[in-house]
Amino acid sequence: MSTPLVPMSVNGRWVGIAWAGRGFPAGARVRRGVVSERRSRRGTTSDGFRVLWVAIKREPWIFAVSTLGSVLFGALTVADAWVLGWATDHVVLPAFDTGEIAPELLLAVVALFLGVAILRAVGIVARRLGAGVMQYRMQAHTRRAVTRQYLSLPMEWHQRHPTGQLLSNANSDVEAAWGPIAPLPMAVGTVAMMVIAIAQMFAADLVLAMVGLLVFPAVVVANLGYQHYASPLMTKAQQLRAELSEVAHESFDGAMVVKTLGREAEETDRFAEIALRLRDVNIRAGRIRAAFDPILAALPSLGVLVVLAVGVARVVSGATDPGAVVTVSYLLTIVSFPIRSIGWLLGEFPRSVVGYERVQHVLEATGEMTYGAEPATRSAGGARLEVRHLGYRYDPEQSLLDDVSFTAEPGRTVALVGATASGKSTLTGLMTRLVDPDEGAVLLDGTDLRELAQGELASVVSLVPQTAFLFDDTVRGNVTLGADVPDGAVWEALRAAQADGFVAALPHGLDTRLGERGTSLSGGQRQRISLARALVRRPRLLVLDDATSAVDPEVEARILEALRSGAQESTLVVVAYRKATIALADEVVHLEDGRVADRGTHDELLARSPAYAHLVNAYEVAAELVGEAE
Amino acid sequence: MSTTGTALDTGEQIGAIATLRRGIHYSPELTEGFRVTLLLALIASIGQVIVPVTVQRTVDHGLNAPGGPDVSYVVEMGIAAALAISLTSWASYAMTRRLFATSERGLATLRIKAFRHVHDLPLLTQNTERRGALVSRVTSDVDQVSQFLVFGGLLLIVSVGQVLVATVVMVIYSWQLALVVWVCFAPLFLSLRYFQQKLSAAYGVVRGQVGVMLSAIAEPVVGAAVVRSYAVEDRTQARIDEAIDEYKAASTRAQGFTAFSFSLGGVSAGLANAGVIVVGVWLGFAGDITAGTVLAFAYLVTLFVGPVQMGTQILTDAQNAIVSWRRVIGILDTPADLVDPGPDGATLPHRAADVCFRHVLFAYPGGPPVLRDIDLEIPAGRRVAVVGETGSGKSTIAKLLTRLMDPTEGAVLLDGVDVRSISQQSLRRSVVLVPQEGFLFDDTVAANVRYGRLDATDEEIVAAADAIGLGDWLAGLPRGIATQVGQRGESLSAGERQLVALWRAQLADPDLLVLDEATSAVDPALEMRIGQALERLMTGRTSVTIAHRLTTAERADEVVVVDRGRIVQRGPHAELAQQDGSVYASLYASWVAQQGR
Repeated sequence: MSTPLVPMSVNGRWVGIAWAGRGFPAGARVRRGVVSERRSRRGTTSDGFRVLWVAIKREPWIFAVSTLGSVLFGALTVADAWVLGWATDHVVLPAFDTGEIAPELLLAVVALFLGVAILRAVGIVARRLGAGVMQYRMQAHTRRAVTRQYLSLPMEWHQRHPTGQLLSNANSDVEAAWGPIAPLPMAVGTVAMMVIAIAQMFAADLVLAMVGLLVFPAVVVANLGYQHYASPLMTKAQQLRAELSEVAHESFDGAMVVKTLGREAEETDRFAEIALRLRDVNIRAGRIRAAFDPILAALPSLGVLVVLAVGVARVVSGATDPGAVVTVSYLLTIVSFPIRSIGWLLGEFPRSVVGYERVQHVLEATGEMTYGAEPATRSAGGARLEVRHLGYRYDPEQSLLDDVSFTAEPGRTVALVGATASGKSTLTGLMTRLVDPDEGAVLLDGTDLRELAQGELASVVSLVPQTAFLFDDTVRGNVTLGADVPDGAVWEALRAAQADGFVAALPHGLDTRLGERGTSLSGGQRQRISLARALVRRPRLLVLDDATSAVDPEVEARILEALRSGAQESTLVVVAYRKATIALADEVVHLEDGRVADRGTHDELLARSPAYAHLVNAYEVAAELVGEAE
Repeated sequence: MSTTGTALDTGEQIGAIATLRRGIHYSPELTEGFRVTLLLALIASIGQVIVPVTVQRTVDHGLNAPGGPDVSYVVEMGIAAALAISLTSWASYAMTRRLFATSERGLATLRIKAFRHVHDLPLLTQNTERRGALVSRVTSDVDQVSQFLVFGGLLLIVSVGQVLVATVVMVIYSWQLALVVWVCFAPLFLSLRYFQQKLSAAYGVVRGQVGVMLSAIAEPVVGAAVVRSYAVEDRTQARIDEAIDEYKAASTRAQGFTAFSFSLGGVSAGLANAGVIVVGVWLGFAGDITAGTVLAFAYLVTLFVGPVQMGTQILTDAQNAIVSWRRVIGILDTPADLVDPGPDGATLPHRAADVCFRHVLFAYPGGPPVLRDIDLEIPAGRRVAVVGETGSGKSTIAKLLTRLMDPTEGAVLLDGVDVRSISQQSLRRSVVLVPQEGFLFDDTVAANVRYGRLDATDEEIVAAADAIGLGDWLAGLPRGIATQVGQRGESLSAGERQLVALWRAQLADPDLLVLDEATSAVDPALEMRIGQALERLMTGRTSVTIAHRLTTAERADEVVVVDRGRIVQRGPHAELAQQDGSVYASLYASWVAQQGR
């Protein structure tokens, strides 16, 4: 996380090179087409304020503190000018005129300047810390809400949304949504400061104030001009950054292919093409900045010169005093810089609105799973699973499962066999109630899964999916998932899953952290940990969805041996391609295009179903026909 | 996970100045015309003192002129000042433009060099690094540096310039008052380094927490099925909440430091203002100074304070930019282990290659030998299967053959030539590796196959499919060779990705084919198709297959058995399986048992 180069407080008259760096967000949050080009400026602005209002309502106190801090800062910046003016008229000029000064006046000057400076420092801390805290809190609230939605929304919803999109909803979209909070207090404070400064200018001298006020509309027009020319380029740069990141991701993912085919130069060309386009866009944006910055810096300076000229004339005519001229020119320069913070705020709005809308899409999604009140049977031994006339479709036209029925008696093993897309994985999802069927029912010990109370099903049924998912946690945490399980039982489960050997060899054994999604382990090792997670719970029904596909055949054989040797008395449903796994089953359900083609023992099916024989023998057929089959 | 010598250089050892020097070394454009830019920056910073000086002169000689205000003097001053502002504005324009151009050009060069170098890095380094981390080094890290150079860098130069100009002007007006200002700011300058370190550490913690939080947030999405089927929603949410809170706490802490360190400048400014008035009046009594000078000084103090605060802030941001810059430079400073002899290297003839391993020993840097005493001759056209348990070193053989790594000792020879002295171009043409996972680019099938030979026509691509018996499968694809494969080829099944990888190899037409067999089970029908394609692909070429299934070994001309880094058996399958008590015999026995045959 980088600190964006945030708006600076500007002390007094320093009108430095302008600072609209927020158009280039730190860390190049890469998303494509984030800024809707169709959205009108007015629409974005009002929507942007609406998003901010949500944040203000949620965190009114912190907003109040940071805004007060900002107003305090603004007021005191103006007060600084007033103190200077006062010191000029009542201390410096009289002192030089008369050659004497009361010590208490000098003391007052010191006290005033220091008091203003310290209060102003308090204002800065309140504003910046307040804006930060408000932003971080809003991010945290939203991230919690979004992840809660992710946890409660049904699997079907997850299946319909790409992983990358959901991750960016919880991350960069949240960041974008609350981006305008950072410049918000400063902008509010600026408005307050302008009001005070203008009042002060009018109090000092009406005519000079009128002259000085001409500077503000000029600065606003110049700012709008800058936004107008620069923002399309910044949008373009954001898109190019997203493309650049995509190319780099893909190219590095395929590093092995690139290397072995010697395509480094071609890949570099592909990357360079976008990098150079990004460079050119950035240079063009730089030119616009280069043109507008001096204009924005010069306008208040020119205003001061005019104020001086007019001021001298008025002093000559006796209409005003030198202190008023000094005060007005000082106030002008103070306000001219922070006025641009309003531009920064508005500049954040397009990203914010898009981010907020994307987050809202998640938060407004409905379809929570409902649960019954029945407890699950917890007796020892395997559960009885009955699949009754099950139908399931992903969309109305496409039926994934149609009228599927079979029963797994307690302690028995059923193998689900079928070609790709025959509905095997969908069936395992229905059996473990990741999704609910459109027709028919799944019954566990005679109870419809939908009747079971929340959490009941998980206490007796374990699914081991094809792709092992590991948490960024220790081996123990990954196996127990927080349940209170003695280490002996953890090791026993690891042993049955043939994972005890490599876990023992890890630097801290069970306490070794596995890193994000277990990246430090091989695919086969991840599958074995995932299997141990199921076994340690001694489920009454264990569902393996091709859960040992990445395990060496020899190791797989030992796992099957352990499962078969009956240390676990679970009912077992396995999805498998490998003949050895299938042969282990008491009954085989042969699926074809989402329907049960046949049921029976492996040998029976082999004998009577040519399609089945063809399917399970394909390995050997391939091997015998052509040899080097895989 | 990082082993000595395999990890990327994080560049943490080098200091800020060294970073700048290395950075300029890799992006020479950054120094182009730098002197002119600096001169322009100086002129631009002078612009900042014009107005205060004018105010001072006007007040002193215009408003308070002896004999009443002098209007014509004020007008003359105003015109002169307006002209000066125009000049400095132009200088500011020219400077910003130049700075953008040189920075962006320099960083584009750096980005492209770094990208290329990632591909030249050792395979092991590529695999050790997280993908996301590598990508960010050529994307957001460079953006960070760019943002710093064009905004921060420019402002830093201007700020330092202004501090100097302001100091010079202050000294000209009154060296005593200038001293007062510097004394008031001394505590700030002295504490700067301390705060920089604190801030840098605090933001380091924030960066770490972001990683933890993102990983926690990913769990309910990526692990949606597991979280549901094990009913661990509450535990998962608790972990996420904890990560979110820790990130929030770390960010708040860092923000607190920033705010506090930033507020110090304001206090110094107040102190300086008061000091100037008090000391100024006192000096006035001594007759050393005029009222105008004191008032001008009040302006000058703020001229001094602005850039000091700006500079402080920039130095804070510079910490981030320097860390990013180091990370990019770190890539380039990590040596690419394989040296391409280039055009001077040998070129292999286009015919089935013969392979020789001569006394090969391989060890990862700082690790024990993975392979040793490897002597192996493979005559041209032979099919060899390498078998062994996981961790036996068999995959290393494939990597040495394809020169993804070089042996620590000994040599690998193709057609009698050491692979290290063959030009990469010739080597990559002659030797093709088909890896375990058939990685595809997010493009059409044709584009992915063409990766094997860039100048191939569509007809040649289709012909290559027919050559390995994929014609009817291709006909079944919705848009033929124009079918999009999706990200990482995920619109295709794992088996189909394998097919495309084999097709690509066929188009590349290698003389030595190295196959790292896939371990994951796929649909049996596809399995059969893959088998057929492999069979045809191997015809007429030398092939070495890293076999995970013994059916592959059964059909090979020769089996090489690797155990704990050494070759323990060689020969045809039938012969080896008969050798009782041998490694191969036991591997085979368990395979047979597992296959239920």
